[in-house]
Formats: sequence, C-alpha cells, structure tokens
Amino acid sequence: MISLEHVTKSYTVGVPAVKDLNLQIEKGEFVFVVGNSGSGKSTLLKLLIKELEPTEGRIVVNGQELNTMKRKQIPKFRRGIGFVYQDFRLLKDRNVYENIAFAQRVIQTPGKQIKRRVPAMLSMIGLAEKYRSFPKELSGGEQQRVALARALVNDPNILLADEPTGNLDPKNSWDIMKLLEEVNETGTTVVVVTHNREIVNAMKKRVVALDDGAIISDEKKGVYENEN
Amino acid sequence: MKISTIGYSVKQGIKNIFRNKMFSLASVATMGACIFLLGIFFCIVVNFQNMVKQAETGVSVSVYFVKGINQERISEIGDLIRKRVEVSECRFVSAEEAWSDFQKDYFKGNEDLAAGLEDDNPLADSEHYEIFLSDVSMQNSLVIYLQSLEGVRQVNKSEMVADTLSNFNVLIGYVSIGIIGILLAVSVFLISNTVIVGIAVRKEEIAIMKLIGATDVFIRAPFVVEGILIGLVGSGIPLILLHILYNEVVEFIEGRFSTLTIQFLTFLPSSYVFSKLIPMSLAIGLGIGFLGSFFTLRKHLKV
Ligand SMILES: Nc1ncnc2c1ncn2[C@@H]1O[C@H](COP(=O)(O)OP(=O)(O)OP(=O)(O)O)[C@@H](O)[C@H]1O
Ligand SMILES: [Mg+2]
Repeated sequence: MISLEHVTKSYTVGVPAVKDLNLQIEKGEFVFVVGNSGSGKSTLLKLLIKELEPTEGRIVVNGQELNTMKRKQIPKFRRGIGFVYQDFRLLKDRNVYENIAFAQRVIQTPGKQIKRRVPAMLSMIGLAEKYRSFPKELSGGEQQRVALARALVNDPNILLADEPTGNLDPKNSWDIMKLLEEVNETGTTVVVVTHNREIVNAMKKRVVALDDGAIISDEKKGVYENEN
Repeated sequence: MKISTIGYSVKQGIKNIFRNKMFSLASVATMGACIFLLGIFFCIVVNFQNMVKQAETGVSVSVYFVKGINQERISEIGDLIRKRVEVSECRFVSAEEAWSDFQKDYFKGNEDLAAGLEDDNPLADSEHYEIFLSDVSMQNSLVIYLQSLEGVRQVNKSEMVADTLSNFNVLIGYVSIGIIGILLAVSVFLISNTVIVGIAVRKEEIAIMKLIGATDVFIRAPFVVEGILIGLVGSGIPLILLHILYNEVVEFIEGRFSTLTIQFLTFLPSSYVFSKLIPMSLAIGLGIGFLGSFFTLRKHLKV
C-alpha cells in the first residue's frame, strides 16, 4: 500500500530532512510515527501525497509510482488519500460546512449526497452547532477536528494524520484516536504522527520512530520511546 | 464537467467578486472606461464615415463639350467614361435639363421670373456629362484622362472637397484602428492583472485545493466566471450610458445646427449604431474577460 525505498529529501542541498528511508506499510495497517520535533515526520507524510518530491529514492502509494506520475494524474491520486495537516490548512474564506463539503465538490459528488454526508461528519466530530463558523472563529482543537472531517468525508483508502490531537485535551484526544481506530477497522490504512506518549503506549499499534531523518526503530505493538 | 460543478463555479465566481469588492469594482471601472471610450469612438467613426460617404456621392465631375460637337461623338465620350472603373454613374444632362435644374435652384418661389426667359435658354451650351465617382481619391486621374479626350472643352471638378474627404477618411481609418487596438490591449492587461492579484491573494487557498485533489479546471472555473462577469458588467454599463448620451448629443447637435443638418450633418439612427455596438462591446467584454483570465490562469496556476 505504501512503500519507500532509499528515500532522501533535502530542502537545502546537503542537509537531508529525511535520509535513506525504507518503509513498507500494508493495506489496513495502523501506524504511529513518533520522533522529536524536526526529526522529519511531516516531511515523510508530505512525500506520500507528492506535495514534496524526494531528492532520491522511490515511493509507491496506492499502487502508484510517484516519481513517474504525470501532473494530470496527481489530483485523482490525492483524492484517494485523506490528509490532516499539522497546521490544518482549512479554507479561510469558507465556513466549517463548506470546508468539509469542498472535498466532496472536488470529486463531483451530487449535491444531494453532500447535504446528507456533511452533517453526519459534523456530528461525528461534535461540531454540529458550529457549521456556520469560519476557521478563524474556531479554537485550534475545533479546526483540527474540521480538518479531520474533511480528510474522512470521501472515505479514503489511506488516512495520513499529522498530529491530529496536537491541540486537543486528553478527553478529546482519546475520542479522536478512537475514531481513527474505527476508520482503520473499516479497512482504511491509517498513519498517525503524534507526540502523545500516553496514547501510543496504550493503543499497542505499530510504531515507527524517527530521529534526525532516519528510522531508529520500527516495532509491532510498540511503545513511545524518548531518548531524552 | 457536471451541472452541479458548473453551478458551484458560477456561485463561487460571484462570491469572489463580492469578496474582493474593491478589486472587482476597479476592474469593472477600467473595463467600463475602455468600452466607453471605444463606444464613443465607434459612434464618431461610423457617423463620420456615413457623412463622408454621403458627401462623396454628391461629389461629381462635369464634362463640357467643344462647340459644334455632333451627337455621335458625345455618346462615344459617354461610352469611354462609363468604361472607367472609378465611375459609378455617368448621366447626360441636356441644355434644357440644365436650365430647368438651374431654375429649380434659383427661382424657387418665383417661377414666373424664369418664365420670361423660357424661349431663350441662357445655358444653350451647357449640355454635359455629370459623373459620380465610386472612389473620390481617383478624381484627379480621371480628370486628366477626361481632358485628354477629343471633343472635351472643359472639365469641372470639386477639388477641395474630394481631396479633403478622401484624406480624412483614410486618416480616420488609421486612427480608429490605432486607438481601438490600444484600448483593447489596456483592457487585456488590466483583466489579466486583476486575475494575477486574485491568484496571489488566494495562493494559499489554491494550494490547499490542489492538495485535496482539485483539478486545475475545477480551481480555474470560478476565476474564469469572475473574469467573464466583470467583462460583461464592464461592457454593459457603458453601453447604457452611451445609449443615453448618443441620443442626447444627436438631438443637441441637430437642434443647434439645424440648417446644416439637411446637407451634411446627417446622423445615423441610434438603433442602427447600437445594433452594431451592443453585440460588439459585449463580445469584446466577454472575450477579454474570458481570454484574460483563462490565459493568465494557465500561466500562473502551477503548484
Ligand atoms: N519548507 C522547508 N524548507 C526548509 N527546511 C524545512 C522545510 N520544512 C521542514 N524543514 C526542515 O526539515 C526538517 C524536518 O522537518 P519536519 O517538518 O519534517 O519535522 P517534524 O518531525 O514534522 O517536526 P515537528 O514535530 O516539529 O512537526 C527540519 O529540520 C526542518 O527545519
Ligand atoms: Mg511536523
């Protein structure tokens, strides 16, 4: 489902953010990616949706070779992947409802279906009453949940979530993690970047640890290890 | 593209216009100013050309014959004249006709004065050909040719009028092409600039849309709708103003210079002028709006 072979990405020449990564993730897996700030976690995820091009190495996602993918094929490829950004990346000029609906409009979902699906997503993330609010009127945690709803609204094959609980209190964090687990149980491959030691240790999933751009450990039913 | 997507694009395009009120307003205003100038120019040019044309048809060359010429030679000369390409009409005016024309012009109202001269035509030698030209600029060469013909005594031409008119016509042609060209270029530049600014302002949004998997067409469509609407509104408003203005100005000039109107200042009816100006302006507005936004987007919308 996701495969990286000798992947290196340098933003500036000679300073790799991730280096010589080799990683295989099978369909239906749930994987945590952990590591210190600046260890390359976000860079790794961005490489997987072709937001960034690797400096070296080969990446295959959803059976598609990213290096040789043509410009025209990119939109379709991205539609199969839900992505929750660390910085949310909501459309500032649209309200919560429109932000979630946008992902559906992009794939030309009939209007009727959008009207049914979006409210369902809103109540799932607990923001049913705030559907008319604009991103700047929401707290960080609320924006994060909207971003998650947008990522899930099209039932993606793969969900990539960059610190989806970074701005949430413990109770909300657990709710979101439970939600991700449910999504995973329906067959979606889930990759979650997180700093939340408690959750990682409790959930007993595969944990990939990055340090300075390299994988330092990759364990099934792993725990969060902090070298410091 | 599905209907729901088209509906979405139109809605989004309209929203964008209102979201960037100042910018949309500036674009509509500049577009409107260009179309307004273009319209004024168009009105002046078509009317002037019409006047020139009417004046041209009135420009004639008269050919008088030597004394004692026979009818045979006169009709020979007539045939030669009619063979010339620049001649649109060649009419023989007998001495009697010339006299009665003269009477009509100068004894209007007191015909009995002329009646006294009835039996003794003072214009006995004035039989001639009256030649109308299809192209006034050819007048001089025609006159030289006519003077070389045997049996021709005198050729009268309207020198001043012919030269001035044909020169004016050519000049107006060039000037109008030049000014219209400049205005169109300015409009394209402005619309394209508006779109570039629109893209810059929404650069982040566009990047996000792309990451969610929106196609280029899907992202562009609202911008194109925006461009087209600005173009249409920007050409529609000046058209309304021009229509009001045209009727006012024509009425004013015709009232002020009523004596001149009959011979020279004949204005085209506004229905005629606007039957050409409306589709032309709307097409230009729509075209500039569409092309300006479409090509700018193609150039600047790569993430
Ligand atoms: N756009 C960029 N240009 C240049 N360098 C960058 C850019 N983005 C990230 N980097 C660098 O790449 C390295 C990895 O960054 P990355 O964002 O992947 O870290 P991270 O593991 O996600 O950190 P965090 O936990 O703080 O989100 C860092 O050293 C960072 O400074
Ligand atoms: Mg990060």
